[in-house]
Parts: sequence; structure tokens; C-alpha cells
Amino acid sequence: MKNSMLIAFMTAAAAFAATPANAQTEIQWWHAMTGANNDVVVRLANDFNASQQDYKVVPVFKGSYADTMNAGIAAYRSGNAPHILQVFEVGTATMMAAKGAVKPVQDVMKDAGETFDPKIYLPAITGYYSTTKGEMLSFPFNSSSMVMWVNRDLLKKAGLNADQPPKTWPEVFEAAAKLKTVSPTCGFSTAWTTWANIEQLSAWHNVPLGTRSNGMDGFDTELKINGPLQVRHLAKLAELQKDKTFDYSGRTNASEGRFTSGECGLFLTSSAFYGNVKANAKFDYAAAPMPYYPDVQGAPQNSIIGGASLWVLGGKTPAEYKGVAKFFTFLSDTDRQAKLHQDSGYLPITKAAYEKTKASGFYKDKPALEVPLLELTNKEPTENSKGLRFGNMVQMRDVWSEEIEAALAGKKTAKEALDAAVERGNQMLRQFEKTAAR
Amino acid sequence: MEKRAIFDNKLLPYALLLPQILITLVFFYWPASQAVWQSFLIEDAFGTSSEFVWLDNYRDLLSKPDYYASMLTTAWFSAVVTFLAMAIALLLASMANKQISGRNAYRTLLVWPYAVAPALAGVLWLFMLQPSLGVLSKLLRANGVDWNPLLNSNHALIMVVLAATWKQISYNFLFFLAGLQAIPRSVIEAAAIDGARPMRRFWTIIFPLLSPTTFYLLVVNIVYVFFETFGIIDAMTSGGPARTTTTLVYKVYQDGKLGGDLGGSAAQSVILMAIVIGLTAIQFRFVERRVNY
Amino acid sequence: MVENDRLGAWIAHVVLIIGIVILAFPVYLAFVGSTHDAATISNGQMPLTPGPNLVAAYEKALFTGTSGTTREPVWTMMRNSLIMALAIAVGKIAISLLSAFAVVYFRFPFRQTAFWIIFVTLMLPVEVRIYPTYKIVSDLGMLNTYAGLTIPLIASATATLLFRQFFMTVPDELVEASKIDGAGPMRFFVDTLLPLSVTSIAAMFVIQFIYGWNQYLWPLLITTSDNMQTIVIGLRKMIVTQDALTEWDVAMATAILAMLPPVAIVLLMQRFFVKGLVETEK
Repeated sequence: MKNSMLIAFMTAAAAFAATPANAQTEIQWWHAMTGANNDVVVRLANDFNASQQDYKVVPVFKGSYADTMNAGIAAYRSGNAPHILQVFEVGTATMMAAKGAVKPVQDVMKDAGETFDPKIYLPAITGYYSTTKGEMLSFPFNSSSMVMWVNRDLLKKAGLNADQPPKTWPEVFEAAAKLKTVSPTCGFSTAWTTWANIEQLSAWHNVPLGTRSNGMDGFDTELKINGPLQVRHLAKLAELQKDKTFDYSGRTNASEGRFTSGECGLFLTSSAFYGNVKANAKFDYAAAPMPYYPDVQGAPQNSIIGGASLWVLGGKTPAEYKGVAKFFTFLSDTDRQAKLHQDSGYLPITKAAYEKTKASGFYKDKPALEVPLLELTNKEPTENSKGLRFGNMVQMRDVWSEEIEAALAGKKTAKEALDAAVERGNQMLRQFEKTAAR
Repeated sequence: MEKRAIFDNKLLPYALLLPQILITLVFFYWPASQAVWQSFLIEDAFGTSSEFVWLDNYRDLLSKPDYYASMLTTAWFSAVVTFLAMAIALLLASMANKQISGRNAYRTLLVWPYAVAPALAGVLWLFMLQPSLGVLSKLLRANGVDWNPLLNSNHALIMVVLAATWKQISYNFLFFLAGLQAIPRSVIEAAAIDGARPMRRFWTIIFPLLSPTTFYLLVVNIVYVFFETFGIIDAMTSGGPARTTTTLVYKVYQDGKLGGDLGGSAAQSVILMAIVIGLTAIQFRFVERRVNY
Repeated sequence: MVENDRLGAWIAHVVLIIGIVILAFPVYLAFVGSTHDAATISNGQMPLTPGPNLVAAYEKALFTGTSGTTREPVWTMMRNSLIMALAIAVGKIAISLLSAFAVVYFRFPFRQTAFWIIFVTLMLPVEVRIYPTYKIVSDLGMLNTYAGLTIPLIASATATLLFRQFFMTVPDELVEASKIDGAGPMRFFVDTLLPLSVTSIAAMFVIQFIYGWNQYLWPLLITTSDNMQTIVIGLRKMIVTQDALTEWDVAMATAILAMLPPVAIVLLMQRFFVKGLVETEK
């Protein structure tokens, strides 16, 4: 008797405990955010889960951007895909080409009956992840742009005016030559070499990277990165590399420590580097807009974004998509976006969040965080500065980096290197076109 | 060589073999055949569309200079790491084989790096040689060496060679030490009585007697450099600068990464499998012959 | 006796000590790294001597993990690595003993075929066929399980080959004696062959334990939940970061911790390990 009571009680208890869990639809969110940004992801998921009863967002950290995308692809191919996959900006073309494997965010929102107005988002950011017709394909999550970080103390030490950091490339070269007298191993440098010296450079000067609006209009695009501007820039860098007025810092952000340690006085990298600078730089610092060549007409144009967006993968149930849509609505909330922006240093994706932050006087204390936004909205984007969409972009960046490295090492001239980059890159584009254009 | 004394049983041997054959078929042959099939296809990353293209992937691959360049890198890299790791290990082993005090302690202090994961070895060496934060790179720069593995391909190669060699010395050391200890002292003493000097004694008597160990290690080291250095390269250079540290295996990974060129990557896997099966067969013939003497 | 010259002994000591110092130096630096705070390290200002941050770094690594990078403390990851390494070592040894026994002590149709089927897999690492293998594991519903993590890695021929080599050296008389006693094959296997193989098994255990512990690419793909993560993956994830600071102190503490178990196994089982390798290699 006692026993059966106990069993009945336990069954009831188990059923009670299990019911809410069963009724909840689980949404898997695979991401690549580390450090403080990981905490932000976890907090967003927790807040969302606490805000309603029907859905549960489960964030899973999958390693680097490439690891995360790899894992997502492998999982999709074997039918275990997550609902939401965070993909870095260079994976955009690959994701887009996979018809059926992804569900455009626009459709997710519409099908779920969520109110969705693409106009509330900042076009400089969502444009990168939209079709030419303005259909939003993925949901921008963490966006950044490239800025020039300035070590004000070092500038002063070199006898430069720290309140007027160099604006143009010729000024940068001049300043770097002086900086080299106080820090002989590095005048200035850049992280993410192709992003800085090819992609951003071209957009900022309104010069095409490739035909068909940098590939945004179709996969039959061809590279144009061996134009006079890019060749001239690379040739100058190669010349300055010889005496370390410019010193190469690699393909990724692994050497960003050269700025925070005070070695490089001028350093171009992501605006999202802010958190590290704040934590590690033991000197007075500032962020300035990217330099430009004043003799190029129309420069500066506007910068393009980097970072990652959230893709919704195909083959899930309507109930699950509804949960995803609700989560995106939750993320778009103005207060939340403003807070996200202010906490993480990533850019806000809605106009309202930007306005709100501006109105709050936030940028007065932290002007560094507004610089990327000013760059992005500097002018109305043209077909050369909306963004870029090349297939196999991850491998493409490797190829471009290889050729840049060959030029900087003096093995090739700038022209030879960029010609080779175009030729090899075009082969990759044709190969991508073969797999995707069906 | 075949055993003469055997058991008689019709079914038992099959039952004994079953677990391993089953696992091998399911987790080795099936995926391997999938890789072969994939090498005839062109496919997008998510596998939503694919086209059968016969040998196009192979033709593309063999027409690109990149592929031959990474073959050359692999050959060079294997040769240098194998030579260094074996030479240093042999030196240490012949020292540790002497009748000196503390021999066992020395041995213990030399074997442990065998246990370190290649990826970890890469991280440890990167921590020392990374241009912006490495302790050794600072030291080099302070002494006028313009240490720059990001641009200087020789520096990058030196860096991966160091890490790969470091990781492999212990293994070779163990085998050489065992090989040396197996040589009867009487042989060496006889040579000493004949008046042969230590160096000469080493090259004319000891080294030839070690040749089976040396050959075995040669094959093992080459295979090690082919495959296990993947973790080291990935952690340290990602194949750069300008492809100079891209080995064949790293290229398989890099080309197939993010579904970029699955067909081409699979074609490379197939070629690699063929190379390794060839190496294995050579070693096997050799192992068989050795059992005979 | 070969001339016992003092100079030779001196040279030997010096060479060995230099060798030991070179081998230990990277690990020493990692240790030093684990005792300084992250900012000092990423700014490239780390000195060559240990700093004050030791306890904090290890405490953080062991019990809390880096701030959000992995979220799982090293403790959990060590447990996963241990289970993985043990399962691979034991599983490989078990199936390899059986199949080596079959190949050496029986004559049956397709014996050579079976041997070659196993043998071809000798040196082909899982990396080369990673995507198709992943698909099969997922089709079998083994993602995020210890079975999925370990069984595909058990399919390798190294152990089989080593045991086969060893069995070949076991004197035929033992089989005859066993037969005269009226013992069947399994009886011979358990009572005679296994006890003789202890050293080889121990050696194999060390090799496979380390192989399992050090796996990287496979667990990265196969485990999707944080609590299944192994320590080598955890470490790698701590170092490759996006727009965030690498917490070098905790990463280096983790590196040291990740090294401890396999190094301990090698050192503890050193005698067996060396003897087993040498015997089987003959």
C-alpha cells in the first residue's frame, strides 16, 4: 500500500515536473561568441526564456566562427541542424546559395505573423544581409566596422598633435615615420589584412571589388581588386614594410596586442576591439575614422560592416519557426538593442536604438563607439560600398592574404600579387558558381 | 612467417574477428567509399545540389601549381622534421645509454613530451614565438634578428619545424634507447679491444645494428609529419605565409573547410589515402622480413 | 669494460641536461604564463619568472572556466577526456586482442582478406574522412554520446598489428602443451596468452590512452553540448576568440592541467611502456 502510494506520488511528481519542459519548444542557437560577448548571449537567452513560457532558446558555443559554421553545415547535412546559426559576414554567400538549407528571416517573420518592418533597421547594416530587392536574409547580430585606433600618448611622445590624428593616408605615412622614432618596430599596422587593405579600402574610396555590385547582384561576378587604387596602396605598404614604418600583423586579429601593448601607435582594426582596449591599454587612446587618399574622387565614401549574423536553417516545424520569430522580435526591441550596443561595443541594428543612445549622451563619454557608425552612415551607400558577396569568401581571403604576404615580403610586385589574387580568386568564383547556380 | 601450431575451429575465428571487422566496415570503409564518391561530385556546402563530374575534380587539382607546391612543402617538412627529431633523439639516447649516474632520472625527464597533444605543442610554441607576445620572439628581436613568421616564410617554417620536432623527440628517443640496450655489450667491447675509437665504433658497429629501429622510425616519423602535425600548423600558421607551411593534409582541410570545395578536397583525400596505403605496404613488407631474421 | 673516461661521462651529462632543458622550456613558460594576469601577457610584457596570479588562475580554470568562453570548468572537461581516453584504450585493446588471436592461431578461408581489411586502416587518420564518418555517427543517433565519441576511433589497426607481432613470438610449444592438457582455444587465450601479453597490453594502453586524450577534430564535431566537451577542445576554444581577449592565464593553466594526466600515465607506466614497445617491435 505504502509502496503504491509512493509510486503514484512519484509518477505524479514526475509528470508535473515534465509537463512544462515538454510543452516548451526548444530553439537551438549555435554561436561563436567568447568572453564577455558570450555572457551577453547567455543573458539574452535567459531573459527571453524568462519573458515567456512557450519557447526555450538554448545557446551552444561551437568555437571559432569557422568552427561554428563548419559544425552547422555538417549538422545540416546529417539532419541535426540547429534552428539558429551564427555565421560570420564572409560566409554570407555560401549560406545564401544554399537554397532550401536556409529560410530567409523575412519569410520566417511573415510566416509566423510577427510584425516586421525592414525600415526600422539601419540600412548600412541590414543591406549587407539582404537581397538586392531589400529582402532580409539573415538577422544581423553583432556588427562592427573598421576604425583606426590611436595611442594618444605615443603620438605626443613622437611630437605629433594627439588631438588631430592623421586623416589621410599620406598623413598616416608621415606620422608613422615619426612614431617609428619612439617605437622602432612598428609605425602603424592593421589587423585583418584583407578586410583593411582591400575590402574596406575599396568601399571607403567608392572603388569596386568586383563586377555585379561586388557580387551582390549575382554569382557571375569577377574581381576588380587589381585596380590602380589597390595596387598603389599595396605598393606603398610593401615599401614601408622594409623599414617597419608599416609592419604586417597577420591575417586575423591575433596580433591586436601590438596596439594595447603600446608598440604600434596607429592600428586599424575592428571597432569591436573596444572592449580589449578599454581593459588592457594603459595609455590614453582614441578611435579615428579610417584614413583615405584625398586625391581619389568621392573619398571617403562609407565603410562596410563586419561581424556576424543569425541564419535560420531549413527543415524545421512551423512552431519552431514561430519561436525563432518571437526571439528576433525580442532582439529588435529598442531598449534591448541600445543596451546591447552599449554593453558589447557592437553596433545597434535599429535606427531607434542608435538615436536613443545618441540622445542619452552615451557617445560623449565614449566617442570611440560612435566612430564606426559615423563611417557607415557617412554617405548613401553605392554599389561599391553596400557590401560584398563572393562565394568561397573564406578561402578567397586566404588567397588574397597569400598574395599580399608575397608582395610585402618582396617576392612579387604589388601589381603582380594583385593580378594573381584576381586570377586565382576568379577561378574560385567560377567554381562556386558551378555549385551554386542551380 | 606463419605459426605452425594452430587451433582447429570453423566458426570461432570469424566470431573473434567480428567486432573489429564490423567497426572497421561501418566507420572506416563506408565513410571512405563516401569520400571516393564525393570526389566525383561537385556539390554546394549544404548538399542541396550536386552534379556528377567524373574526374573533373582530379583534373582541376593536378593542373594547379598549388597542389605541387604543397607536395613539395610536405616532402621538405617531413625530411627536416624526421631528420632532426631522429638525430637529436639518437644523440640523447646514446648519451643516456652510457654507464653514468642518474640514467633513469634522465630517461624519465626525456620521455614525457610524448604525452603532449600536437595541438597543445603548437599552442606552447606559439606562446613563445608569436611575434607580439612571445618571450622568445622578443629575445630574438632584441638581438637584432628580425623575427617575423607572419611574413618571412623561413621563419614560419622554422617555427612549425621546431614544434613538430620537439613533440617527436621523446618517441624516437625511447626506441633508440631500447635499440641500443639490445646491442650486446660484448660486441662493443670487442671493438674497443680492437682499438676502435668511440666515434668510429658508433658509426661502423652500433649504427648498422640499429638500422631496423632507424627504418621503423623513419616510416613512423614520416606518417607523423603527414598527419599529426595538422594540429600544430593549424594552431601556429594556418598554412601561411603565402602557403609556405601548407602541407597536403592541411590543404585537404583548408579546401574542404566550410564546404568550399568538397569535391576537390575529397579528391585530395583519395590521393592521400593511396599514398599512405602505399607507405603502409612498404613498411609491412619490411616488418615481415624482419620477423624472419 | 669499455673505457670509462671521465670526459665522456661529462659530455653525456651536459648533453642530456641541455636536452632536458630544451624539452621542458616551453612547458615552463606555459607555467609562468599561468601565474601572470592576462593583460600582462597579451601586452607582451611577461617576465621569465612566475608571478602572483597562480592560485587565481588555477582556481578559475578548475572550478569556473574562463568567463563564458567554455562555461564548463576544466573539471568537467577532464572527466570527459578521461572517459574518452579510457574507452578508446580499453575498446581498442579488447577487439584487437581478439582479432589478432584469430589471425595468428587459426587457418580459415579469407584469413588474408580479413587481415588486409584491418591492416589498410593502419595509418589513415579520421581527419581524412571526417564528414562521411560524422554523417554515419549521426545517422546512428550517436551524436553527443560517449559511444559516438569513441567507437569510430576504435577502428584502427595499430593495436591489432602489435599484438599480432607479439603473438608470433610466443613459442609454439605452449600451444602444444595447452592442447595436451585438453584446453580449447579460448582457454589457451585466457590462461596462457593473456598473461604473457601483459606487458604489450600495458604498452598499448599507454599509447592508446594518449591517442584518445589528445583527439581534437573529432570531438569538436561530434559534441554539440557544452557538458560533453573534452579538455583539448576546451583549450583550443579558449585561445581562438572573436573580438574578445584571450585569457592567457587561464588558458595556460588549462594547458598545464590538460598535460598532467597523460604525462602521469607515461611516467607511471614507463617501465611497461618501454618494454612493451620494444618487445612488440621486434
